[in-house]
Amino acid sequence: MIVELGHFALILAFAVSIFQMVVPMVGASKGWGDWMAAAGPAASAQFLLTAASFGALTFAFVTSDFSVALVTANSHTLKPMLYKISGVWGNHEGSLLLWVLILTLFGAMAAWFGGNLPETLKARVLAVQSSIGAAFFAFILFTSNPFLRLESPPFDGGDLNPLLQDPGLAFHPPFLYLGYVGLSMAFSFAVAALIEGRVDAAWGRWVRPWTLAAWLFLTIGIGLGSWWAYYELGWGGFWFWDPVENASFMPWLISAALLHSAIVVEKRETLKSWTILLAILAFGFSLIGAFIVRSGVLTSVHAFANDPERGIFILAILGVFMGGAFLLFALRAGAMQSKGVFGLVSRESALVLNNLLLAVSALVVFVGTVWPLFAEMFFDRTLSVGPPFFNAAFGPFVLALAVVLPLGSMLPWKRAKIGRVTRQIWPLAVLAVAAALLAYAIFSGESAIGPIFIGLAVWLVAGAGVDLWTRTGRGAFSGRLSRLTRLPRADWGKAVAHAGLGLTIFGIAALSTYEQEDIRLVRLGETYDIGAYSVTLTGVRDVQGPNYVSMMGTVEITRDGRDVAVLNPERRFYPVARMPTTEAAIDNGFTRDLYVVLGEPSQGGFALRVYIKPWANWIWGGSIIMALGGALSLSDRRYRVAAGAAKSRGAKGVPAE
Amino acid sequence: MKRLLLIVLLLASPVWAVEPDEVLDDPVLEERARDISAGLRCLVCRNESIDESHAELARDLRLLVRERLVAGDEDTEVVSYIVERYGEYVLLRPNLEGANLLLWLAGPAMALFGLLMAILFIRGQSSQRRTPDGLSEAEKERVAELMKD
Repeated sequence: MIVELGHFALILAFAVSIFQMVVPMVGASKGWGDWMAAAGPAASAQFLLTAASFGALTFAFVTSDFSVALVTANSHTLKPMLYKISGVWGNHEGSLLLWVLILTLFGAMAAWFGGNLPETLKARVLAVQSSIGAAFFAFILFTSNPFLRLESPPFDGGDLNPLLQDPGLAFHPPFLYLGYVGLSMAFSFAVAALIEGRVDAAWGRWVRPWTLAAWLFLTIGIGLGSWWAYYELGWGGFWFWDPVENASFMPWLISAALLHSAIVVEKRETLKSWTILLAILAFGFSLIGAFIVRSGVLTSVHAFANDPERGIFILAILGVFMGGAFLLFALRAGAMQSKGVFGLVSRESALVLNNLLLAVSALVVFVGTVWPLFAEMFFDRTLSVGPPFFNAAFGPFVLALAVVLPLGSMLPWKRAKIGRVTRQIWPLAVLAVAAALLAYAIFSGESAIGPIFIGLAVWLVAGAGVDLWTRTGRGAFSGRLSRLTRLPRADWGKAVAHAGLGLTIFGIAALSTYEQEDIRLVRLGETYDIGAYSVTLTGVRDVQGPNYVSMMGTVEITRDGRDVAVLNPERRFYPVARMPTTEAAIDNGFTRDLYVVLGEPSQGGFALRVYIKPWANWIWGGSIIMALGGALSLSDRRYRVAAGAAKSRGAKGVPAE
Repeated sequence: MKRLLLIVLLLASPVWAVEPDEVLDDPVLEERARDISAGLRCLVCRNESIDESHAELARDLRLLVRERLVAGDEDTEVVSYIVERYGEYVLLRPNLEGANLLLWLAGPAMALFGLLMAILFIRGQSSQRRTPDGLSEAEKERVAELMKD
């Protein structure tokens, strides 16, 4: 019964979305206030209905209602509760429901907190947002209904894939979707502004928080996914340039560009049409991502539902929204007049360069991702584009971006003298080069690429610090220190996010250059040395888990006679899914991870792989710090979504008294 | 995320990437073998190199790479030996032949083009500013008009 109610709520939400797509849009063009005002309640209703629908599906999973086909295919009574819940979105249909839930949540939030938006803009934004919702409701209801019942329910379910039974799955997709779908807000604002024919500083100020939020969720989502792959995959890879990873990385790059260009719109009222274009592209890449994950046109190790019919549906959604938006852009972009002018050396120019590098690097990822498809269709060549290509083609852009970032972030607006900034920053350059040389000297014989990126990481982190420090003006140290604590949160957010990027680059450079690996056949009780560590396999025993059986090894690691860690790598077998997994055991450290994987028994011993992964955690630590920077900036009261609303309400109140 | 799913689904019998018995005694040769393996695709897997893959075929290819190296082949000879047998599909780093030039040049070409456009745009808009007070002629007129009221 509850399942049917959920299904029904979803259909109602679809109907409301169509209403909200049409009525406020007509109202805005005719100037009918009550038609425009209908958008707000409709957005709330849409969200509540979708939430009810999602709740119904969750209920079916939690109570293990195996008369629902989706639950049967993805759940099992013995599964721990966390994975029963996360199983809701561990499949195509459920994840799509989560997608629209977040989409309607963003729409509702724009309605709730958008009190300071001009009436027509708000109505149009909500109408555009709702049209995206309508497309996805139709997609779910017509091709991917999660509420289908089985005629004869089985006694128990087929279990969720064991590899997905991990806390990582519980959190990685929701964050990623918050990011993907958050970009729909920027898209709706862009399209609404094109319809209005008006983009000004206020528009930039409204778009920025949404983009910032989407970007920061994407950062967390991608970081979580990478970390999950690192510990779950069994050899500690953290990024594979797989089509599906690229699908999340491209919107991240574009939204980072959008974030920066929206600053220029807000502060200087220029780069307007470019910013609109980026807002359209960012969501476009989100949709392309959805297409890649769900259509199966590109061979990816991630697979969802490889169903061509669904692929065509998403392609149609992509075509309609991108085609429509670009058409509108072509017609209206000319109307966006720039106000602020700036010289070749200025913060604006630096941000243009930032946008150029980010956009072109996203393009490189895109071309690399679709090239196998393209080459097969047009040149009849079956080929692969893998990590060696992406590292070679993408790396230079990261390098260029990192080189210009600290310089550009310190340039003044409008017109700058490069000499002033270089005077402040040259000690940093010396520091960075010294760090690179030091890294090269310590690990002689390795390639120079690692040290170069380590130097750049130092450059970025120290540059962020100097940027913040120069903002405190001149005068006594104590005075500057107290001014430092009073700087706007947006300034702190900027410095923290840039430093986080530096830390991530550092982690990647250190891990990929200086990792040590040891693979060998080890007998019980045997001790051997890897780097500074001594490794002993002291025992292997069988363990019974809640829904798996496991062969668990005990590996003792010492350094200079002192105990460092006792690790328990496992080989598990999930009988219901008939699937084996390897569970690596990791000793996480500030400067290194010890990563141990147990292999099959053979010839009286066990195959054991031990890795020393230097600075590995800094990759994800840096991502978290980047996201934290975004959150800091978001919490700046100048950008808080509702801040302006409260102020304008207060202002209106005065004459009445 | 779902990569994990398929990796395991595709395993008929799960064996390991690079097992102890495959490792060559000569560390220099082994290092070269690992480098070469990282650039070759496992044909039955999805987007994995033979160095990472658990599949039987990947193991065979890894052994083949090591066999050729022990026989005294150069790195490029080993790679072309395998490409001759399995096609360019095995190369994770696409070669520079024919249409692939488009793939490799897309990034640098767009970057240069974009840079040129950006410079032209910045030059163009900054030269609009002629008057010392930072207003264009049109804006001055508008100011004058507003001041009248």
